[in-house]
Amino acid sequence: MPARAGLWNILTEPLIRQNPVTLQILGICSALAVTTSVATALTMSAALTAVLVMSAAVISLIRRHIPDTIRLIVQIVIVASLVIVIDQILQAYLFEISQRLSVFVSLITTNCLVLGRTESFSRHNPPVRSMVDGLGNGLGYSLVLTLIGSLRELFGAGTLLGWQVLPTVDQGGWFTPLNLMLLAPSAFFLLGGLVWAIRTIMPEQTESLEFLPPDDPEDTK
Amino acid sequence: MSELWSLFLHAAFVDNMPLTFFLGLCTFIALSRKTGPALGLGIAMTAVLGVTVPLNYLIYTLLLAPGAWAWAGLPDTDLSYLKLIAFIGVIAATVQLLEMVLDRFFPAIYASFGVFLPLLTVQCAILGGSLFMVERKYDLAQSAVFGVGAGFGFAVAVVMLGAIRARLAYADMPQGLRGLGITFIIAGMMSLGFSAFAQMVAS
Repeated sequence: MPARAGLWNILTEPLIRQNPVTLQILGICSALAVTTSVATALTMSAALTAVLVMSAAVISLIRRHIPDTIRLIVQIVIVASLVIVIDQILQAYLFEISQRLSVFVSLITTNCLVLGRTESFSRHNPPVRSMVDGLGNGLGYSLVLTLIGSLRELFGAGTLLGWQVLPTVDQGGWFTPLNLMLLAPSAFFLLGGLVWAIRTIMPEQTESLEFLPPDDPEDTK
Repeated sequence: MSELWSLFLHAAFVDNMPLTFFLGLCTFIALSRKTGPALGLGIAMTAVLGVTVPLNYLIYTLLLAPGAWAWAGLPDTDLSYLKLIAFIGVIAATVQLLEMVLDRFFPAIYASFGVFLPLLTVQCAILGGSLFMVERKYDLAQSAVFGVGAGFGFAVAVVMLGAIRARLAYADMPQGLRGLGITFIIAGMMSLGFSAFAQMVAS
């Protein structure tokens, strides 16, 4: 029973409390770039979650055989191979979306989230736990992506997943699309606001985080 | 010549890596708490991007592009799906090499940014630079200029953010906004500012 509770915890912790994007600052590169619409955000989330779970499984299976000195290279090669597979699948079945994602699917290779989890978790844990951890982090990432994607698409174009939710002025409705929402700065603003909201609801996340004196030698990570 | 110059400006300001394409944000945020480390990171980025993008261009066109093996009687061979692994390998090797060279000949520089060099292997901006080079079909000179320009743009942005954040360390902010939240909002404002450069180099 405790084992199951442990697994459940591993799965649910990264959803909000330990969210990879808003708390661990991992994987934001892609999180912001692909959120101009819900469809791309969902595709990207699915791709990343798949890579995360599979790489966790592979690396945790061979964790006793990887020499410590070259483990980064081994991990990167494993992740890169998985990303190539995902990229080819997307190009075969979802060509249009994969064009819109442009280089960002390939960039999952260097997504700090994937390497961060394999480095800090899969390397020390058995396969099932690592896969659950990968799934949890993938879902946490997807949650943030979908939220930001929906906000940007809703206010930037008045649509959700391509459906017209708010009738725009061009079509005789009342809603004037906010073009800023489709540009880069809005992603930063929305994520900043999201972090603010989460930390206001859960004050334990704020605790002096990053509030360091400017000449603290420890703050170079 | 002026074409290359405008490509440089374009890569540095209009297509700014962290602020327009969100590439390399992890290190962009993590290392910008003050200007010193930010400057080191910027210089390291410029050096690595300036070397790896043209190098990857050579590897891509000579070995991986469709038809690259035509001289060996294999005109249909298309290895371009291997570009990810090849680029990562080149980047890792370059970073390692740069580290060794700096350690041997310029210990002072090595000491100042030796910590960040290994990190750059897994930097999205560096891999992204090479992938953009393939996607936009640059030639050798263009990819070299693009690499240096993109690195320079990253350096400018990260030093500016570092300077602002160093000041903000003394500011009295709402609890939840402190740290990460305000950093994103500042980055958003900088991104807004950088988008004004688009008009400058529009020609």
